[in-house]
Amino acid sequence: MFSSKDDGVLNAVKEVRGGVNVSHCKNTAECATVRMPIPQQVVLSMQQHIGAPCIPCVKVGDTVSVGQKIGDSDKYVSAPVHASVSGKVIKIGEIQLVNGAKAQAVTIESDGEMRLFEGIEPPHVTNREELIKAVRESGLVGLGGAGFPTHVKMNFPPDKNIDTLIINAAECEPFITVDYRECIENSWDILSGVYTVKELLGIKNVIIAAEDNKPEAFNVLKRIADKDLHEGNYVRLMKLKSKYPQGAEKIMVQSATGRKVPPGKLPADVGCMVMNVASIAFVSRYLKSGKPLVSRSLTVDGSAIERPKNVRVPIGTQFGQIIDFCGGFKEPPAKILAGGPMMGFAVMSTDIHVLKQNNAILAFNKNDVYSKPENDCIRCGSCAAACPMSLMPTLIERYTKAREVERLQKIGVNVCMECGSCAYSCPASKPLVQVMRLAKSIVREELAKK
Amino acid sequence: MSVENKLNISASPHVRSKTSSKRIMLDVIIALVPALIAAVFIFGYRVLAVTATTVLTAVIAEYLSRKAMKRHNTIGDFSAVVTGVLLAFNLPVTIPLWMAAIGSVIAIVVVKQMFGGIGQNFVNPALIGRIVLLSSFSTDMTCWTEPLKWRTGDAVTTATPLALMAADKKDQLTGLADMLLGVRAGCLGETCAIALIIGGVYLIIRKVISPVIPLVYIGTFSVITLIAGNGDFTYLAYQIMGGGLLLGAFFMATDYATCPINFKGKIVYAIGCGLLTAVIRLFGSLPEGVSFSIILMNILTPHIESLTTPKPFGTVKEKKAKKEAAE
Repeated sequence: MFSSKDDGVLNAVKEVRGGVNVSHCKNTAECATVRMPIPQQVVLSMQQHIGAPCIPCVKVGDTVSVGQKIGDSDKYVSAPVHASVSGKVIKIGEIQLVNGAKAQAVTIESDGEMRLFEGIEPPHVTNREELIKAVRESGLVGLGGAGFPTHVKMNFPPDKNIDTLIINAAECEPFITVDYRECIENSWDILSGVYTVKELLGIKNVIIAAEDNKPEAFNVLKRIADKDLHEGNYVRLMKLKSKYPQGAEKIMVQSATGRKVPPGKLPADVGCMVMNVASIAFVSRYLKSGKPLVSRSLTVDGSAIERPKNVRVPIGTQFGQIIDFCGGFKEPPAKILAGGPMMGFAVMSTDIHVLKQNNAILAFNKNDVYSKPENDCIRCGSCAAACPMSLMPTLIERYTKAREVERLQKIGVNVCMECGSCAYSCPASKPLVQVMRLAKSIVREELAKK
Repeated sequence: MSVENKLNISASPHVRSKTSSKRIMLDVIIALVPALIAAVFIFGYRVLAVTATTVLTAVIAEYLSRKAMKRHNTIGDFSAVVTGVLLAFNLPVTIPLWMAAIGSVIAIVVVKQMFGGIGQNFVNPALIGRIVLLSSFSTDMTCWTEPLKWRTGDAVTTATPLALMAADKKDQLTGLADMLLGVRAGCLGETCAIALIIGGVYLIIRKVISPVIPLVYIGTFSVITLIAGNGDFTYLAYQIMGGGLLLGAFFMATDYATCPINFKGKIVYAIGCGLLTAVIRLFGSLPEGVSFSIILMNILTPHIESLTTPKPFGTVKEKKAKKEAAE
């Protein structure tokens, strides 16, 4: 089933269709992750995941310590939020998230002590149910960017017959290097996380997949991870072509196993579970220490940043303070992104606070800000050729303008994951990602009417 | 902080490739330059006069028609220049300049702008320009001068290689080397095979066009012509280089607006082009069939496209799903 080269590293079973070759700009690849000094205050959003928002379980004036739960929800698809510094709750109010949505947030003034919460102890985990429960309590969400609660992902119905755990270290977004650093710096955490999750969830095989522009990650992981286990099971590395959007979940499943996730379905429906490399490393650390998800690594880079680096920050730290820690701006920033340049969000100010699923802060000067006017479509087909989901963005644009809902549904606009490959390659500079979002919302609206 | 008010907010992606419509059109123009230079050598400086006329008229027609229709000015994308050059390449060098200008106006105003401008025309503008001229001024449009005679000043009319073959006067044909270099009678831009191939390869390398359409078009045409010619490769070589096939396959059939976007569609379309060209040349009353076959396939393009649209990622084909359900 697998083709392997001499070094034992697997090659992709089926390569991504389309996609685009974006310049990698992995400038911070050799920057070891540094810890940021404790911020004076943190703002913790109650919505740091896909699913129901949390409800604050502390009051203004309460003293909290690191790892103490400050927000939770009784809904299933949700993940609790924990205090990331020790100190006093000074405010509970509404904030605006980078995507424009509003959410409740708890502001904690730090006492500078980073005192650990007394109740923290390694969870007792010996079986599947205990693992899922522990992961829920840890507040873990997919750290790759989507922020889907990990415990929900792990709690697949037994009849799904998951046989492959895919560890996603593709990191196909330009600039971002935190997953790469995770592979280099915390390779043993990754490995122990892999074995724990594999055993407890009863998954036969593990594939750790990364793009081929990270040879050092392969060297490090190969020494410890690449093994055939008993009865044909294995933990193997897989080398993927460096091509955006290689790390997208559905693409990952296809590359690693050749299976295609049908529209509207999940990787579990084709027997796969995909976890980000930082998520799996966190699971391992959490099981050892019991310390919930209160900090994360970020790549701070871009042409307007004085000293680009990888930093580990308490969740809820303000962007401005992190940028100051990286030497501030060397030029006036024209655009600041939360996330990578292909799928990240442009933020309105530096008064934004880190969420669990943020993986980068990028600031660019005005020369790097794209501003070409939109032209008429010349039907060159670049968008269709670039679409990894085999869609026809130019047709979708036409149907969207005409509000032809049935045709939009028929040509499958809902499988679009907004990776931006079409807009990237469009010579007429069409804002195709916005078109896709509009198209999807038109379809949703129409379905709601019925 | 003062930075706040100056931050740019836009939807992802925040980086774009360097390509632009203008750059693509510029590439097509660059690809046409070798054939233009060759044409000047073969047919004389009048080539430049004809080309300048069609290009200028095309650009002015585009400017005025957009203005009349109260739409934004698009001459900056160079697509009118491309149409102008391609139309000139499809005309005999002796054509009266006012006729060439009419061809340009028809191509730009009637075929392109009346249907909505760039990307919206359903047939190739330059080809319709040529066909309208051919049916209106058939004598002037089929007046072929002998190549290289412009230097000595005696403009002798002659027949094109395809006409000679159709009339069974093979003894009057020029040699194959001359065919490759374009030293033969014909439309001013279609004769120099080597220059057209260089231009086509440039477009493929620059990824402006995919090699599918030219290869499948010429391939299909070759197979049929070989069968019809009882495997005579010399006959095939004359057929490929003798008319407008190379110009058509590399530069006209690949027009974005009028060929299918997806890979399968491109194959179907190119097979159709090759088939029709061969059929017209073999059985039709015309010695040349490239223009008509491309235009016929242009018209079929929307239908080809809707039948060959790829299924979205992960969608199971209906037949396969039914089969699986039955098992």
